[in-house]
Amino acid sequence: MANSISVNLISGRTIQQGVAIESGKEKPSYRTACGIIEMDPSDLKKLGAWKSTNVKVTSDYGSVVVKAVEATQGPHPGVAFIPMGPWANSVINPNTYSTGMPTFKGTPVKIEVAINEPVLLGIELVQKNCGVIVG
Amino acid sequence: MTKTITDVICPFCGTLCDDVEVVVSDDGKKLLEVANACVIGTEKFLHSQEPDRVTRPRLRQEDGSWKTVSYEEAADYTAKMLAKAKKPLMYGWSSTNCEAQSIGNEIAEIAKSCCDNTAAVCHGTTLIAVQDIGLPSCTLGEIKNRADRVIFWGCNPAHAHPRHMSRYSIFPRGFFTGKGQMSRKMVVVDPRCTDTAKMADVHLQIQQGHDYELLDALRVALKGEWLPDSVAGIPAEKIREVADIMKSGRFGIIFFGMGVTQSLSKNHNIDAAIALTKDLNEHTKFSIMPMRGHYNVTGSGEVFAWQFGFPYSVDLTRGFARYNPGDSSSVDLLTRGEVDAMFTIGSDPGAHFPISAVKGIAKVDSVCIDPHMTPTSGVSKLHVPVAFNGVECGGNCYRMDNVPIDCRKVVEPPEGMLTDQEFLTMVLDRLKKLKGVA
Repeated sequence: MANSISVNLISGRTIQQGVAIESGKEKPSYRTACGIIEMDPSDLKKLGAWKSTNVKVTSDYGSVVVKAVEATQGPHPGVAFIPMGPWANSVINPNTYSTGMPTFKGTPVKIEVAINEPVLLGIELVQKNCGVIVG
Repeated sequence: MTKTITDVICPFCGTLCDDVEVVVSDDGKKLLEVANACVIGTEKFLHSQEPDRVTRPRLRQEDGSWKTVSYEEAADYTAKMLAKAKKPLMYGWSSTNCEAQSIGNEIAEIAKSCCDNTAAVCHGTTLIAVQDIGLPSCTLGEIKNRADRVIFWGCNPAHAHPRHMSRYSIFPRGFFTGKGQMSRKMVVVDPRCTDTAKMADVHLQIQQGHDYELLDALRVALKGEWLPDSVAGIPAEKIREVADIMKSGRFGIIFFGMGVTQSLSKNHNIDAAIALTKDLNEHTKFSIMPMRGHYNVTGSGEVFAWQFGFPYSVDLTRGFARYNPGDSSSVDLLTRGEVDAMFTIGSDPGAHFPISAVKGIAKVDSVCIDPHMTPTSGVSKLHVPVAFNGVECGGNCYRMDNVPIDCRKVVEPPEGMLTDQEFLTMVLDRLKKLKGVA
């Protein structure tokens, strides 16, 4: 058990993400589908976190609070997955290395338990990160 | 009484299913049921009927609240913003029809803007690779009827293109593939044991980001040359087994997705995949196809290429089209803070760009044309809701294999709502007046 663990983060589509974006990104269902990090059971054990615990994911490019869930398409020890969306994009490597394409897959991240921190809604998270005043 | 409309096109993913059935009310104003579509497509059709939908443009006030404005005022704001800007970025286009894209290109030419579509964060690197070494491809119909070797590399159609396997690539009984999935060998290359991988005859659980090495190792195995004990976490004998599977088929296809386009090495991964396809053609017939995401991202590339000469990341600021991904690409332009106005249509960069690029949108004047409320509309100054293309208006779209298919209108949009095409025409008329273009 450790305070934090380091893993390789990838992001991508899931069918739940697809349904959530079509049913409304302002809804909590978008957070349920994409405000998560899928972790291998062995990594959850290393971190000492229960399933469905909020965790803070930090990379060189930012940090975000998401809910840790057990991998649905595993096993993939050492690799963690956040479905594509604003949560993943708060931490992925934005460098395009002159291709125009950010490095959405393969960002080293640190994960630590953040049991008392909330997972923000999608639009709320982007507005907060961009400092948009909301009336 | 209700009416059932058959052969409806699903406007969600690049598979562009054309066998959807929709039940509408007798007056054609309500969409009641959807059949044959996948769960995502069904949700897209049904979401158009939500009672809480935004039906008029909204302008953000000083205090952050929204004020409802008319379409005329919204078109005025958009035209003035584009006329004033030195380097506007017009991004998106993948969830609208080719007709609207073409009007958008006319606007972009007058406004001297940068234009880009969602390939920027999807298959942009594929387009670079195709320009490097070409693309031996085919149509989905050929795959259905002929393919007996199907490779999914870095893509997960079970989640992202839910009906791809049942309509074209794995299950259908085609002319030369009469036993359906029994007549095909399926190989999946993915760092996770995805739901697609669980169905495969062989799953290569590759070390993430090492696609280039494995593709090259397969080329080496095809030539029967020496291989190290393991490449990208895959034992040499497994690589040789897959190479044998590939060359023993009569017709093979490599489908590839974000696993190769978004991992490090990017376009070079796809160079290697296309080179592997070329090598395989010394043994049998092999094709390769990108798994395009949005239902009309392919069409956007076609329209850009037809009108400007390049498929994405076009920079018109000097009055002629330049193309230089890394310089003229949206994410780089926004991250460097070079854009002074942002025009988004039919996509959601707010959710799908790295946050450092989204901050670039929030800082400048911005318009978001989208039927949904999205993170992009959440950081934009003006949100213009429009009719759902493919549900409430028709228009031309391109499937992932470059086959054009006309989408159909199945239901009326809420009263007084405009389509993308109608709103863009209003903006174009106003911009022409502002710029003194006849």
